[in-house]
Amino acid sequence: MLNGAIRNVAGEAPIRTGKVKLDIPPLVENGNTVPMTVSVASPMTANDYVKSIHVFNEKNPQPNIGNFYLSPSSGRAQISTRIRLADTQKVVAIARLSDDSFWQVVADIVVTLAACTEELN
Amino acid sequence: MAALINIPAKAKRGDIIEIRTLTSHIMETGFRHTMDGTLVPRDIITSFTCRYNGTEIFRADLFPAIAANPYLSFFTVAKESGKFEFEWIGDNGYSSTASASITVE
Repeated sequence: MLNGAIRNVAGEAPIRTGKVKLDIPPLVENGNTVPMTVSVASPMTANDYVKSIHVFNEKNPQPNIGNFYLSPSSGRAQISTRIRLADTQKVVAIARLSDDSFWQVVADIVVTLAACTEELN
Repeated sequence: MAALINIPAKAKRGDIIEIRTLTSHIMETGFRHTMDGTLVPRDIITSFTCRYNGTEIFRADLFPAIAANPYLSFFTVAKESGKFEFEWIGDNGYSSTASASITVE
């Protein structure tokens, strides 16, 4: 499921490790709101910039978390948001650069209270 | 609906500024059940766009894995004085907008 979602974004292109940094707590007590920052080492010039950042998870009911579209006018390739994690799992951040190369980073996160699928009272 | 926008009121031309946005929304995942087993239908924001004097500078597709009351932070180069416009679009015809002004010297 995770691989399928990644291939929907990257197609058959090789995905290299590097350039992307994922700041997320390694141990999460409450999976309902997990702060996350993705940054990419890029000069963000007209010829060399980050087109998009895609974040995926391994074990939520759905593999996508968010797609974020940037441009040279972003100045800095960095985004932050808050996410939900339903289980202890991997989170993958992938950056698509202006030369259509793909770069990724993987983080392992331990979640003690899951989000998304609990029953309502 | 209620949105909080945080941008610097003033910047120097060429500065890289951070834009932080928060909007109130339940972001119901569509994966939860009530006690009697009924699925609670999905109700999320699916798209966020930021325009700077009419030009799109940032866009995001959001999924149920984004936490309730979506927070987004991103950057842009301060090019000219003017207006940032923010738009959130979601399930069940949800649409919400906000704006903020900046002076660039």
